[in-house]
Amino acid sequence: MTTNEVYRIALAGNPNTGKSTLFNALTGLKQHTGNWAGKTVSLAEGSVHYKKNTYRLIDLPGTYSLYSNSTDEEVARNYIVFEKPHVTLVVLDATSLERNLNLALQVMEMTSNVIVCVNLIDEAKKRGIEIDELKLMRQLGVPVLKISARNKTGFPALLDTIDRMIRGEISTSPYAIQYNDETEGKISQLVPNVKKLVGDRFPSRWIALRLLDGDTSLLDEIQKRMHQEEESTWNTVQKTSGSHLENF
Amino acid sequence: MEYSPENERQSFRELLNQANELSTSSLRDEVVSSLYQTSQQICSRTVRFTKSKEDKKTERLDAIFTSPIWGFPIMLIMLGLIFYLTIAGANVPSSMLANFFTWLEDYISMAFFALNSPDWLHGVLVLGLYRGTTWVISVMLPPMAIFFPTFALLESYGYLPRVAFNMDRLFKKVGAHGKQSLTMAMGFGCNAAAVLSTRIIESPRERMLAILTNNFVPCNGRWGTLIVLASLFMAAGFTGGMKTLVSSGVIVGIVIFGIFVTFAVSWVLSKTMLKGVPTHYTLELPPYRRPKFFDTIVRSSLNKSYAVLMRAIKIAAPAGILTWVFANIYIGDTSIFMYGVNFLDPFAQSLGLDGYIMLAFLLGLPANEVVLPILLMGYLSTGSMLEVDNLADLKNIFLDQGWTWLTALNMMLFSLLHYPCGTTLINIYKETKSYKWTFVAFLIPTVIAIGVTFAVAQLVRGMGWV
Repeated sequence: MTTNEVYRIALAGNPNTGKSTLFNALTGLKQHTGNWAGKTVSLAEGSVHYKKNTYRLIDLPGTYSLYSNSTDEEVARNYIVFEKPHVTLVVLDATSLERNLNLALQVMEMTSNVIVCVNLIDEAKKRGIEIDELKLMRQLGVPVLKISARNKTGFPALLDTIDRMIRGEISTSPYAIQYNDETEGKISQLVPNVKKLVGDRFPSRWIALRLLDGDTSLLDEIQKRMHQEEESTWNTVQKTSGSHLENF
Repeated sequence: MEYSPENERQSFRELLNQANELSTSSLRDEVVSSLYQTSQQICSRTVRFTKSKEDKKTERLDAIFTSPIWGFPIMLIMLGLIFYLTIAGANVPSSMLANFFTWLEDYISMAFFALNSPDWLHGVLVLGLYRGTTWVISVMLPPMAIFFPTFALLESYGYLPRVAFNMDRLFKKVGAHGKQSLTMAMGFGCNAAAVLSTRIIESPRERMLAILTNNFVPCNGRWGTLIVLASLFMAAGFTGGMKTLVSSGVIVGIVIFGIFVTFAVSWVLSKTMLKGVPTHYTLELPPYRRPKFFDTIVRSSLNKSYAVLMRAIKIAAPAGILTWVFANIYIGDTSIFMYGVNFLDPFAQSLGLDGYIMLAFLLGLPANEVVLPILLMGYLSTGSMLEVDNLADLKNIFLDQGWTWLTALNMMLFSLLHYPCGTTLINIYKETKSYKWTFVAFLIPTVIAIGVTFAVAQLVRGMGWV
């Protein structure tokens, strides 16, 4: 990878995890953070410079899941799957990690360029919650970093991890949820047909699972996106370089 | 297989059919429970609790803030407190700004005359553009600089989700979604933004209810009008702190009336055009967090106040010019502005308003911020050359035009209830993608505004109260 490039980093997370606080702290872009579900309705963007590279941070709407129940969830999901950010940061609330992990696991079904940020680590410490991040990293198969966005701690390590992931120095093997035999059987029936249509452009196992869940609008979206790609060769070049990253 | 659009469509259809055949209704449950089990397993291996898990402070505070007895009174007190702070704090800086701009205007005018610029240019630029914009700044900037940071502090402290919790039952009762109260809270800032924020509501039916009723929460563009009118007319018999208290009381009353209308309209709609039962949802009550005072205040006053003010000025400037031009181009011996005023007057009088007010509301469609400035420019352009040096002079302008407390009250009511501003309507169209619903969003408030002001005017006049 050459230097002086612009990389897109998406921020995903539940509402009230300090995602927007992290976004503000990193970018310095002035944007108000809310303390309720779904405050960020449009995609706020801001830039960070690190080691000659520019990271464009995209603050996705805070959601509890990515099953596209609401417009917010659909916006976040579409961005991760179709816009293919170079890295997706999943921000988790250390004080309620169990519920927050649901979202991280869902993101990891969609892309392998995931970094997990366990935020509010100061708050967790106060409440006597200890998180073994090395163990968590081994379990999840992606980098896990403890940060406190409020106090701006853990940022150097985070930026360094982003940098190394973009340069392809970190290989991830995201934890794939095993469903019961019946569901897994159905998934493996669908996956070859999904692959035939979309190739490696989009995560086929995830698409198969969404289709089984009855998400039919997804196919329309995929068709639309594929035509957009064909219309613009420049786009195609970019997307291909994106999928190289996925297979490093 | 050779590529062709037809082939591709065909294979997409086949994939869809295959998926539909395999799909079962229990699959979602299986997916979600596997997800939860995995999360639980991973957490049990990586997270250790050294203290008791319960957060005692949050629980104790929640017992007070969301108590069935204290929840609502505390909410009202908080609301009243915010308005009290806003009105009490904004008075002095507002008149200081107004004085400053009037002082500056004399020098600008002198410069214009010294340069021998034609009268019409001075009229358009100074009397139209400059006055219109500086008016918006002096009336709106101080209240916004207090209101937004105070509201933002409550928000980052974690109080707003508790408000949503308290309101939830009421919303359920009228067939709406509890999250609607969050979008309403957003509406206090800006209805146009609040319409976008309704995306957090999953069900399309309930989302539509939230969109159609959001306008009944007065946005920041209307605070200026409400605060000025309430303090000039509604607390006339009081002085000092008492005056501020009564003014804030009136505004709290107006806000509660708006919320009442929201419930009424939601209830009627969910029984007629938007039938259905409210869906369930989980409302997370985040822990109370000590807000970062400096950050929050700086960010919300600089950012939000600045953005809203810029928008107001962008629209106020052209509106100021337009109003001046309308008021100074004569057809026969009547200006275009006066034609409009005279045309609207009979109808407006029946609502307890006058033709100027009605025309100001019509010209103020792009942004509610400019209604009061346009009204003032209209009044001032009619000959009586009054200088507005401070807010007390303002009352004389209104009194000269035959205003009573009924005029002020009905203008406040009309401002609270009337059609959404242009930006909000555009956003409603973008979100609903439907001309029909955008029109409904325009029609419902307009009909209610006319109905309510008409009823109030007839009642007050019939009883001989004015």
